[in-house]
Amino acid sequence: MLKFTEEHEWLEVEGEIATVGITDYAQNALGDVVFVELPEVGAAYEKGDEVAVVESVKAASEVYAPLAGEIVEVNEALEGEPGLVNSAALDAGWFFKIKIADAGELDDMMDETAYAEFIEGLD
Amino acid sequence: MTDETLLKTPLYDMHVAAGGKMVPFAGYAMPVQYPLGIMKEHEFCRAKAGLFDVSHMGQCYIHSKDGSDPAAAIEKIMPGALQVLKPGKMRYTLLLNDEGGIEDDLMVTRTHEPEGTLYVVVNAACKDKDYDILEEKLGDLITVEPLEDRALIALQGPKAEEVLAALAPEAAELGFMEATAITLEGVVCWVSRSGYTGEDGYEISVPESEAEALCKRLLASDDVEWIGLGARDSLRLEVGLCLSGHDFDASVTPVAANVTFAIGKKRREAGDFVGADRILKELADGASSSRVGILPAGRAPAREGTIIADMDGNEIGKITSGGFGPTFGGPVAMGYVPKAYTEVGTDVQLLIRGKAHPAKVASTPFVEQRYKRKQVS
Repeated sequence: MLKFTEEHEWLEVEGEIATVGITDYAQNALGDVVFVELPEVGAAYEKGDEVAVVESVKAASEVYAPLAGEIVEVNEALEGEPGLVNSAALDAGWFFKIKIADAGELDDMMDETAYAEFIEGLD
Repeated sequence: MTDETLLKTPLYDMHVAAGGKMVPFAGYAMPVQYPLGIMKEHEFCRAKAGLFDVSHMGQCYIHSKDGSDPAAAIEKIMPGALQVLKPGKMRYTLLLNDEGGIEDDLMVTRTHEPEGTLYVVVNAACKDKDYDILEEKLGDLITVEPLEDRALIALQGPKAEEVLAALAPEAAELGFMEATAITLEGVVCWVSRSGYTGEDGYEISVPESEAEALCKRLLASDDVEWIGLGARDSLRLEVGLCLSGHDFDASVTPVAANVTFAIGKKRREAGDFVGADRILKELADGASSSRVGILPAGRAPAREGTIIADMDGNEIGKITSGGFGPTFGGPVAMGYVPKAYTEVGTDVQLLIRGKAHPAKVASTPFVEQRYKRKQVS
């Protein structure tokens, strides 16, 4: 199940684990990503907490936890190759995997079609 | 400030047509980047030739009122050796306040006018202030004539000479920090071999009505692309050049800002400029805190405002410019640290988002400058 937030994050949900990254729209707006600060494995977050930071050549941008949960894995490939966020935003450029605390929080998120309409309205 | 109140350079329509992302900068709508993106624009400029619109900067003539050398007048508030400038020669200098603090940095060129008139380029954000200071302090000796009807473009990079020489072969004969009038596409332009990227290149002052045609002609070469403000900043940062109002401001002297090369040797001996007492004392004893290069050990960029701490975590200074250096291939920065920490190789820490990241004081430039200086025979 693929879900999207208004903060331009995507979540690939498999059972109680969500893999989280930023969308193609977001990476395009940020420009060339040169550094990603990832959370610690084991850290717990509430929805809306600052969980990661993406640095482009231009500026630093925060990534907020799309839902409450505990970090179970981070994408260590981003350390050596932060440009994956640009070149493969929706797969190899993922940020972290989070164990979902409350699956109900997924209900407010958009599916792919709704997100496509959402970004259409932004431009 | 809304978009409607922003000023536009004569090249605004061209930027929009080229896909430039326009942002407010010093009161102007300026392109921060084009579709190529900051990283590729930066690399293109170092590999080929980048075209920059710098028309927002202040261009002016400084004329003498009484027939005496206008450079003698401005030397009172600028510490560079300016009276010695021969026609067609230029120099980087500083506009000082009475306390010896740096109000702005600027380029002063001696024109070929028999009166010794100077052509001066100042920073966009400072132009009104700079003109006011010149008028207030020296208004009885000189006249400042802003050149409002001229665009200013920069062509920077290893291919700049070849591209411009294809339009006018004499462009190749200019040495670094020399300027002259050159006819480009039938238009008389004031061309200098200078810039702020660390690359060889030119700055071209062109009548605003002719600017678009000249840019189109330059862009017709495969070796030329528009470069926005984003890459302009990373290019100048990598070669260790200061950004006025960031890497220095009115509170610091040229010694603290580590730009003492801009103080003429004889001017130091004479001490005949404002704030000389403080500046000469700092030259002798060192400034209590001064600008150094800072090299983060990791990959996290340290932006302007990042706190610099000693190895015990005590705050000792701040980053004034910092980011990712595409040619360097990692983060680079500049900042102010106390005298005891200025030695190259000194370990410091950068407090980025509350976490301490190791870094070292480093020499600048981070990337070698490649100016075309004339051989002195």
